[in-house]
Formats: sequence, C-alpha cells, structure tokens
Amino acid sequence: MTILSMRTRPAETAVPAGLRVGVLALQGDFREHAHVLRELGAHVDAIRRPEELDRIDGLVIPGGESSVMDKLARTFGLAAPLKAAIRGGLPVYGTCAGLIMLADTIIDGMNGQQSLGGLDIVVRRNAFGSQTASFETDLDIAVLGQQPVHAVFIRAPVVETIGARATALATLKDGRCVAVEQGNLLGTSFHPEITGEYRFHQYFLQKVMSAAR
Amino acid sequence: MTKSTSAEQFGSSRVKRGLAEMLKGGVIMDVVTAAQARIAEDAGAVAVMALERVPADIRSQGGVARMSDPDLIDSIIAEVNIPVMAKARIGHFVEAQILEVLGVDYIDESEVLSPADYMNHIDKWNFTIPFVCGATNLGEALRRINEGAAMIRSKGEAGTGDVSEATKHIRTINGEIKRLTSLSRDELYVAAKELQAPYELVVEIASTGKLPVVLFTAGGVATPADAAMMMQLGADGVFVGSGIFKSGNPEQRAAAIVKAVTFYDDAKVIADVSRGLGEAMVGINVSDIPAPHLLSTRGW
Repeated sequence: MTILSMRTRPAETAVPAGLRVGVLALQGDFREHAHVLRELGAHVDAIRRPEELDRIDGLVIPGGESSVMDKLARTFGLAAPLKAAIRGGLPVYGTCAGLIMLADTIIDGMNGQQSLGGLDIVVRRNAFGSQTASFETDLDIAVLGQQPVHAVFIRAPVVETIGARATALATLKDGRCVAVEQGNLLGTSFHPEITGEYRFHQYFLQKVMSAAR
Repeated sequence: MTKSTSAEQFGSSRVKRGLAEMLKGGVIMDVVTAAQARIAEDAGAVAVMALERVPADIRSQGGVARMSDPDLIDSIIAEVNIPVMAKARIGHFVEAQILEVLGVDYIDESEVLSPADYMNHIDKWNFTIPFVCGATNLGEALRRINEGAAMIRSKGEAGTGDVSEATKHIRTINGEIKRLTSLSRDELYVAAKELQAPYELVVEIASTGKLPVVLFTAGGVATPADAAMMMQLGADGVFVGSGIFKSGNPEQRAAAIVKAVTFYDDAKVIADVSRGLGEAMVGINVSDIPAPHLLSTRGW
C-alpha cells in the first residue's frame, strides 16, 4: 500500500564523490527528493539557511505550498541569495510548488506572492481546481526515452505561456504544458519524487555534473 | 515533445495521500470565519480547517457539534488560495458527501464534533476526496487507514491548550511502530490481533518502520515550543485549533508557530519567535476534565 514500495531500482548514475545537491527544506516533500537523489548516489544537504547555499552544486525545490516557501525564504534571508545563485547558473529542479518558485511570472498567486524566477514562463497556480480534480496519468517525454512517465498532479500548476528562452518537455492531452527546461533549470507540474520515477532526477544530475565540471 | 498517452485517474490512494505529503512541515490552522482564514494564509498556514466553532468553544458551550454551514465553507474557500479542510462527524457519510460537493480539499472525520455513529466510521474508499482521521494509538490509526484514511493526526485533547495528550499520542504511535519493527515475522499475527488492526498493514509497518500515510499531530498545541516539540517527536506537521484565535495576538502567534515548525530543531529560532507573543490561550488541564467530556476517547 505504501507509495515508497512502488519505487523501482534506478539505473546506475556515476555521480562523482564530493558533488553536493541541496534540497530546499522549508516545507513540503523534501525528504522524498532527498531519498531519490541519495539512491542515485548524490550527497544531499537540507537547505534552510543562506550560508548553506555556498556548499552546493545544485538545488531541488520540492512540492509543497509555494506561498509558504516564498514567505519563509524571504523571512529567513534565503530569497535574495537564491535569486543570485540562479542568475549565476546554479542548476535547479522544481516540482509543483518548486516550478512556481522558478517561474518569472505567477498567475493566481497569493497577495504579494513572489517567485525566485529564472524560467521564462508564466505559470498558473492550482490550475485544475480543488483536490478532487487532482489526478495521475502517463506522459510521453522524449528526452527521458521511450517508456512513458507516470505523473501525479496534486493541486498542480500548469505552464500557461512559454517564453522564447524556455522549452516545453511535456504536455497534457489538451495541450497544456507541464514540464519545461531552460539551460540549467528544470521544472515539472507533477511529482516524480513520489512515484518511483528516477529519470527526471537523473536528467537533473547530468545538468549538475556538467555545471560542476 | 509528445502528448499524454493515457486517461487521467482521479481519487487514487496515491493522489489522496500525495496532498498530505505536500503539507508536511506545515501548520494547518482552525478558522471559523473568512477573516480568520485570511489571517491564517497571510501568516503562512499550509492549509486551513473550516469549522463553525473552535474546539475550546465547543467544549465551553456544549451541545451537539456538527459540520459547518455550507455558506461559511464557501466563504472560506473563496477567501484563500491554500487548501481548505473541513470537519464531518464520525460516521456521518452524508456530511462528507456534502463537503465533497462543496469542493473542499480534505475532510477531517473528527472526534471534535459529536459522533453520528458509535459503531462505524465513514467508508472513506467511497469518496474521491481524501480524509484525515484522528488516532490515539497505532491500532486506531491502522483501522482508519484500512477504512481509507489518507492522512492521520494524533488526537491530543482538543480545545484545552494542554499539550500533554498530544505528546502521549504521538509517542504511543511512534513507540508502537518501533516495537513492530523489532518483532520476528511469526510474532506479527499476535501483534495484529493485539492492535486490532489488519494483518497486512501490520506486516507492512513492521518492514517499513513508518505509517503508509503522513502523520500530523493535533490537540492542545498552543505555543511555538509546543509545535516544535511535536516535530521533534516525529510528527510530519501540526494542526493548531483553538491555540491561535483564542490567543491575544493571533497574527503574530500564527506566524511564529509556522517558523517554529520549519526550524523545529533550532532552539535559537524558536526562542526568537517565542518573544512578545502576548497571552497564550487560557488552558484547561486535561486532568481536570471529567471523563465524559474528553474528546480523544471518541472514535474506536
């Protein structure tokens, strides 16, 4: 019955020793991301304070409540150094709330909600409605190979507009975009970290390794 | 880039349990008006619980406590962007049907309201909407999960501001989980009998060492220190009921509890956020409450 028991063993990823990946641990399912990254051989640090950012080669922003992460990131002085790190080329992968945090523009955010930005997209928060409209489905994602990705959407955002610098990686049947990349940045509306899907994290670790070289 | 290949599936266990996963490390706050819901969201609540009276008032006013008026729930849904939860009475599956139609995000089948059925809980598998249920021990938690609960909260004693029952329940649940992991396989049959829980779930917990759903804690949390203690005891997050809006300065206290949950293991942050919060809710010691008025004994 457990979600974790559905995980399949990942293919070997040769992650060099000393490579450190941070997971933003202000709120949300950061432990699930940390688990997947560790299974893939990465050293993982939980990030809650500005000084912890100095040590990492890449960052995952987990699922959770984007408005809460935004408030805490600003209150505890993480937002400004995070923005600077993203501008400086730090590889970052955001799922769901993390995708919202990475979007340049948010629609349907809270009063005063801010994002870190970086992805040249407009994202609509909670685009499907209440929890009864949350769903799971299979997506074909060419960059991850032939086998479809099983994707879980939970009060999920969608990418409403894709700017010139960003590229769509996956869309729903109705054409709405749910995965994007732009240079070292990667974002998905859904949660590979809770389905035993390791390919997104492998794809992200490739970006981290290339950037660290 | 290619398109989606298969049909969408709604209301699966993974989708129901998944929302609770996303609430982890967060604070869910009881609210009785749209204005309170606004304060909660602005303070950093990860979700709000819509109800007609907070437990402290249910306790002092007495009478039968029921599901809230749909107008009230609508007004709270309209006010905030974060998930909205609402309470149904234990066993009252029609209140649950109504809450599902209203478009709340999670139903709390709650002992804080007056039970509608003293034998059966709601068959939660019948719903697309997920349920959270209270538990005082592992057996109770597993019976609720067996009925389809997608999230568990330890009960505590709601509306008291006395955290001792919350402490007891989270320690009990986690202690019983640890004990299961120490048993050999042939001892799990009797363990399941003693817990009055399904054998398959007992075997699963013995092997994973954790519940298959998220475990929050509730009931009597009134201060940032209370909330942080629950996190250090292994809770995935915290419900705060009467503790916020029955205190002197709800805005500041709510924001402080949110910060204390994120930095639950950093006493310096907890000390900073605990300063100048004004009056905490006036508490009742659980030991002073006569047995018929205890809420945590409701549910079986």
